Amino acid sequence: MTTTGERPVGFGRMTRKEDARFVRGHGTYVDDVRLPGMLYGAVLRSPLAHARIVSVDTSAAEAHPKVRAVITGETLAGLGLAWMPTLSYDTQAVLATDKVRFQGQEVAFVVAEDRYAARDALELIDVEYDPLPPVVDARRALDPGAPVIRDDKEGRTDNHVFDWEAGDRAATDEVFARADVVVGQDMLYPRVHPAPLETCGTVADMDAVTGKLTVWSTTQAPHAHRTLYAMVAGLPEHKIRVISPDIGGGFGNKVGIYPGYVCAVVGSIVTGKPVKWVEDRSENLMSTSFARDYHMPGEMAASRDGRILGVRVKVLADHGAFNSTAQPTKYPAGFFHIFTGSYDIEAAHCEVTGVYTNKAPGGVAYACSFRVTEAVYLVERMVDVLAAELGTDPAELRMRNLLRPEQFPYRNKTGWEYDSGDYPRALRLAMDLAHYEELRREQAERRERGELMGIGVSFFTEAVGAGPRKHMDILGLGMADGAELRVHPTGKAVLRISVQTQGQGHETTFAQIVAEELGIPPEDIDVVHGDTDQTPFGLGTYGSRSTPVSGAAAALVARKVRERARLVASAMLEVSPDDLEWEKGRWFVTGDPDQGRTMAEIALAAHSTLELPEGVEGHLDASCVYNPPNLTFPFGAYICVADVDAGTGQVKVRRFVAVDDCGTRINPMIVEGQVHGGLADGLGMALMQVIAFDEDGNCLGGSFMDYLLPTAVECPSWELGETVTPSPHHPIGAKGVGESATVGSPAAVVNAVVDALRPLGVRHVDMPLTPAAVWRAARGQPFRSDLAIT
Amino acid sequence: MQITVTVNGERYTRGVEPRLLLVHFLRDDLGLTGTHWGCDTSNCGVCAVWLDGAPVKSCTVLAVMADGHEVRTVEGLAHGAELDPVQQGFVACHGLQCGFCTPGMMMTARWLLDHDPDPSEEDIREAVSGQLCRCTGYENIVRSIRWAAEHGGAARPAEEDAGREEVRT
Ligand code: FES
Ligand code: FES
Repeated sequence: MTTTGERPVGFGRMTRKEDARFVRGHGTYVDDVRLPGMLYGAVLRSPLAHARIVSVDTSAAEAHPKVRAVITGETLAGLGLAWMPTLSYDTQAVLATDKVRFQGQEVAFVVAEDRYAARDALELIDVEYDPLPPVVDARRALDPGAPVIRDDKEGRTDNHVFDWEAGDRAATDEVFARADVVVGQDMLYPRVHPAPLETCGTVADMDAVTGKLTVWSTTQAPHAHRTLYAMVAGLPEHKIRVISPDIGGGFGNKVGIYPGYVCAVVGSIVTGKPVKWVEDRSENLMSTSFARDYHMPGEMAASRDGRILGVRVKVLADHGAFNSTAQPTKYPAGFFHIFTGSYDIEAAHCEVTGVYTNKAPGGVAYACSFRVTEAVYLVERMVDVLAAELGTDPAELRMRNLLRPEQFPYRNKTGWEYDSGDYPRALRLAMDLAHYEELRREQAERRERGELMGIGVSFFTEAVGAGPRKHMDILGLGMADGAELRVHPTGKAVLRISVQTQGQGHETTFAQIVAEELGIPPEDIDVVHGDTDQTPFGLGTYGSRSTPVSGAAAALVARKVRERARLVASAMLEVSPDDLEWEKGRWFVTGDPDQGRTMAEIALAAHSTLELPEGVEGHLDASCVYNPPNLTFPFGAYICVADVDAGTGQVKVRRFVAVDDCGTRINPMIVEGQVHGGLADGLGMALMQVIAFDEDGNCLGGSFMDYLLPTAVECPSWELGETVTPSPHHPIGAKGVGESATVGSPAAVVNAVVDALRPLGVRHVDMPLTPAAVWRAARGQPFRSDLAIT
Repeated sequence: MQITVTVNGERYTRGVEPRLLLVHFLRDDLGLTGTHWGCDTSNCGVCAVWLDGAPVKSCTVLAVMADGHEVRTVEGLAHGAELDPVQQGFVACHGLQCGFCTPGMMMTARWLLDHDPDPSEEDIREAVSGQLCRCTGYENIVRSIRWAAEHGGAARPAEEDAGREEVRT
């Protein structure tokens, strides 16, 4: 069944292969895995944000009849496992030994016969804490005399994590000095959490006889996890199998290794039984990878006639208690330095200072493309602030400054080389779809009547597909990905890939890539992923890297197979390979199209007794590793229309138009689905989502009662448009798209709301734009909703 | 405690703790893992099933409360080998990505269409507003349910379903 007639042999709209199991309730998520004799783990967490551990008494828990093991930091210290390396060359406590450093930190692990008993036993553990003053506000973290959070590190006397900069300071200062207009706006991208509906979890099974550890885990990067387990636990890597089964959404939340995973492994080793650990929702929100938490005082310089000349910012980055962000090593602030956005800007400079606070660790998550989200939000808010200052229409100001098609490939002022784009075309299309000029007329009429209607524009350039091995690694592992393709004698195929779907539909789109290259129907191609014993090495799915990196590997391995097929076909047809031409699914003799062989015929011959030319091996199977020459740079133009209730501060997003250009679209249906989801995420972040804290470091966003997510009622019907500008360096011209909408949409929503409030003199409101925040901003009393202290 | 619950037309008798949640009973005791669990506060709706013909969040129902009652889960949505129009709609309109919210969404959708065979977009959004999806932005969930309404989405007689289910299990 298809939505638009015929199934494509290759690219095009096609329903998903994976859906057959999901709609029947036959998916297999980690919590669905049940093994004989399996035990259940539960984590005891710190109620305090910062405290010294005086003692941990586990005797009552151990006496519980259903408890099989209680593991503490001390137990782990004996095994050398109390601390683990993070993906950013820091360390993180698996179970706390000396201090707890955020509310919700892991303190002890219970293994029991069922879930409920494990929870009961947590209540029986008695921990004595000696409370310490916490560092909650990142702006206070570097104060002299601030409590030192990481005193576990020798010689550490402050909460400083890193300083990093990009761009040219002198050139930027010079541009600012001579500019007609300089605007500044302090803004916060508050801490949020990806909150996939499936929480994180694992089933660890150590076979004491073979010494093989099998781990079913909610991981977006099974191979990286395997290598890390080998490094952390000293287990031989070939004796570790990481299986990432069906994943209930990731969004970056499932990239890192969490203490619970390690505890489950230790639990299995200690008890000799498989151990399942699945966190609850509060644990997920309070302890696993958060996102953003960037304090960004931005400045923009321009000429009087609206040419943007320079942009600069000095970011304060809250990294929580352990620096466990997952991003390419060279870039401690991720790809934030793409903050010149989509504009032809003369000079730019950014500095980023990372600090420790008594909050959960993490930082790069939530479809942020390694902090392109923060960068796009900054520049797109600044453009609107500048537009307001100049009295220019924000769409017009963007149009005036967007990069022009002839400037590509374009090297921006902080070192990125944008591969391809036609930005004005995308913005014009979005304006046409939205009927922009009409909307402005309607807005003027409504303003006359005292109604608050806003139109927000944003334009984004994404940077995805990490990445070139020379520049990008995680813990020294280069970010290249492998693919293996096997063609069976009857012409059916198996593609094995290193990346792992969390809902993106790889089983369909990767089959379509091979189908496009080989002319075999996608139904005849099985895609194997998410099992380190069955797939080639690669760094996994995040940062929208699956299509740009692994998708390229899939296309190239199929081309290798095609070339092998050519040699076999030449033997079959008794002509030189040079005399053969390819059409989808078949090699034929130049000038004699009837003389040809299909892939299925060739596959059978390759496995037969047919005599092959010297040096030609039998079979068609091939493998390859793809090392991307550059990132890909998807882009898009978004327009949001919002109405604000002046009496309550309630924001209603009435319309949202999104034009995305992600190059070649393998399956447009799936691309659109990715965009829809990202738009809802962006709307949620803009309007309601925040992980806030009180002054004692208590997390105020630890449940879905407090951490609000958009429902079908808050979301408008998304209106999509597309342009297609292929990537010149990607084998099929595709760019990633999974995070585009999350990156681009928050600024459009905020710009719309600020635009609505403009008659009240409002220039900026920090996210989330809750009714309270908007109501107060409208009265000239904005407040910071990331902290309860305002 | 000993309880007997009819799930998708089949009777199950099990001994359970009084505090056991229905969602855990279905998943852990009966192995019906199509029903998911996603939050501690009854907000996400991935656990939605039918209890005596109406959708409930099975994380807010104790297994013992289902004693003597009828439960229908996603595993009982298809009519034998044939997918329910709601299931077909979710496939046809890309109404799911990770699939985690999908069983709950489909159970609510089936109930909605049984009571209103021709719901408007607003009706659909309202009907699923107690359930979260993190992947689809809801757009294609709405379209999927509309698709089902337009493709024979009206209710099938319950007895017919029950009969089929018994044959299947
Ligand atoms: S599990 Fe979230 S509502 Fe039931
Ligand atoms: S499809 Fe993933 S949560 Fe709805």
